[in-house]
Amino acid sequence: MADIKQLEDLVVQVRRDILRMVHKVNSGHPGGSLGCTEFFVALYNEIMNLKDGFDMDGIGEDLFFLSNGHISPVFYSVLARKGYFPVEELNTFRLIDSRLQGHPTTHEGLPGIRVASGSLGQGMSVAIGAAETKKLNKDTSLVYSLHGDGELQEGQNWEAIIYAASKKVDNLICTIDRNGQQIDGPTEEVMALGDVSEKFSVFGWDVLEIEDGNDLKQVIDGLNEAKNRTGKGKPVCIVMTTMMGNGVDFMMHTHAWHGKAPNDEQLATALAQNPETLGDY
Amino acid sequence: MTKYTDQGKKDTRSGYGEGMTELGRTNPNVVALCADLVGSLKIQTFIDENPERFFQVGIAEANMMGIAAGMTIGGKIPFASTFANFATGRVYDQIRQSIAYSDKNVKICASHAGITLGEDGATHQILEDIGLMKMLPGMTVINPCDFNQTKAATLAIAEHHGPVYLRFGRPKVANFTPVNQKFEIGKALLLTEGSDVTIIATGHLVWQALLAAENLENQGVSCEVINIHTIKPLDKKAIIDSVQKTGCVVSAEEHNYLGGLGESVARTLAEHNPAPQEFIATKDTFGESGTPDQLMDKYGLNAKAIEAAVHKVIKRK
Repeated sequence: MADIKQLEDLVVQVRRDILRMVHKVNSGHPGGSLGCTEFFVALYNEIMNLKDGFDMDGIGEDLFFLSNGHISPVFYSVLARKGYFPVEELNTFRLIDSRLQGHPTTHEGLPGIRVASGSLGQGMSVAIGAAETKKLNKDTSLVYSLHGDGELQEGQNWEAIIYAASKKVDNLICTIDRNGQQIDGPTEEVMALGDVSEKFSVFGWDVLEIEDGNDLKQVIDGLNEAKNRTGKGKPVCIVMTTMMGNGVDFMMHTHAWHGKAPNDEQLATALAQNPETLGDY
Repeated sequence: MTKYTDQGKKDTRSGYGEGMTELGRTNPNVVALCADLVGSLKIQTFIDENPERFFQVGIAEANMMGIAAGMTIGGKIPFASTFANFATGRVYDQIRQSIAYSDKNVKICASHAGITLGEDGATHQILEDIGLMKMLPGMTVINPCDFNQTKAATLAIAEHHGPVYLRFGRPKVANFTPVNQKFEIGKALLLTEGSDVTIIATGHLVWQALLAAENLENQGVSCEVINIHTIKPLDKKAIIDSVQKTGCVVSAEEHNYLGGLGESVARTLAEHNPAPQEFIATKDTFGESGTPDQLMDKYGLNAKAIEAAVHKVIKRK
C-alpha cells in the first residue's frame, strides 16, 4: 500500500485543483467533485491495476467509468496527477478548443476517458458491457464505475441492475455516491431513494457500505473488500456515504455548490483551508 | 431498360439473420445483442452456433445500447438488434451519448422499419428513424432493398469501423439483387439508365421504382433508377450526375418526408444542381394497422404513386 500520508497530500492537492478549475471559468461542479476526491485518489493510486499509458481497449488492466460526468473536475485532476496528461492542461478546463470538456468525452481524445458521460443514468450499462467483453477476452481485470445517488432516479440504471445480477456480471464494482443531494435539494425530498443498499441487495447484488466516503482509510478498505467479493457470481455494489463539498467548510451540508463556482474571495477562503501540498498546476 | 428478376420473395430481416450466421462463423469479434425479439430478428442460428457471443438483454433497449457501447472496449463488434422503433426513438439519447458521440463501433440493426410492419399499427411502426439517425454526427445510415442486399450489408458493416444504423423490414418482398454481391458503403447503385427523370429510391421502394420505370417505359418515359442503400454518407456525385442529365427527380422511401432520403437529395441538389423534385414518402403522419400492401397503397408508397409523381415532376421541368 502506498504511504497514506502521500495519498492524503494528493487529496488536498486535488481539492485545490477542483476549486481553481471551476473558479477560473466560473462554471462546473465543485460539490460532488470534492465529495468524491478520496474515492478517486484511492481508486487510481491504490486500488486499480493500471498499465502505463492509455489505450481505449484497456486489455489486461482495470477500467473505470464515471457515470455522473458532471464531477469531471475531480476526474480530470486525478487523471492528470496520475500522468495521463500534463497537469498544466487543467488550465484549459471548459475553455474553447480544450480536451477537458465540461463533461468527460472521448471526442477530443483525452487519455483516460473511455466513454462520454453527463446525460445521467448511462454509465452502468457501459460498465457492464466492458465487463462482459473482459469475460469474453478471458481478461481477469475488473471494471469499476461511479454513480451519483440522484442519478439512480434514471430508469436505465434499473435495467442495468437487473441485467448484472441476472447474468452474473461478477467482475464489476459499482459505487454509489450517497451524498443525499441533487440539484433541486435533498434526494429524499426530490424523489426519495430510500434504502439504496437494500434496493441493490434485493435485486441480487452483493452490497457493502462505506460509512464515511471522505475517510481515505475507510475508502481504501471498502474498495479492497469489494475486490475480494468479485468473482463469486454477483455484481458488487458499494454504497458510499460522502459529504458534498467536503474539505471546504462553507460548501458542506448544502446542495448549493452542486453546480456553482466560488468567487475570488470564496476561492481564497477555500484554498486557505487546503494548503498546497504537491504544487499547484 | 435493364430488367431485374424477382428470385422469389423473402424478408430483408432474414437477410440480416443469414448475414449474422456467416459473421458468427467468420469473425470471432462479432457479438449479438437482442431485446427479447430473437425470432423476429432471425438470429437463432447465430445463437445456436455461438451461445457465448449472444447477449439477451430482455425488454430493456436503453441498457442494450449502453452494454453494446461498453462491449466495444476490448475489441468486440456488437450487433444490437430489435424493432426499428425501439432501436432508435426509444433510445435516442443512449445512442447519442454512449455510442455516436463516444465513437463506439456499434452496429444498430433494426427490423420492422417503416409502415410495412403492418397490423401492429403505429405504436410499432416508425417513419422517423432515418431522420433521427442521420442527424447524429458520425453515424452511417443504411437501408438495403432486398434479402440479398441486406445480407451483404450485414457483412460489410462488420468491416467498417464506427457506429452504423442498418434498417430493414418485416414483409416478404422481391429479392432481385445478386446473390453474394459486394456491398460498398456509401456507393449508390445505378440500376437502369434513362434520360427523362431520375428515380432515387431506398429500401422496399427500390423494387417499386423498377416496376414504375417499366410501366413508364411502355408509356414512352425513360427513367433512370438509382438504389441509394446508404443514406449517409450520401453518394452525392451519383445523384448530381444523374439529375444533370435528366433534369428532375423523384425520391422514394418508406419514411416521413421530413428527415428522410428525399430531404438529403433535395439539399444535395439545392447546393449543386437545383431541380424539380417530388417526394414519395409519408407526409408527416403516423401509420396505422393494415396489411403491408394496403398501407403502401393508402400512404402512396408504391409503383403506382411513383408513376404519378414522375408525370408530375416532368411537367415541372
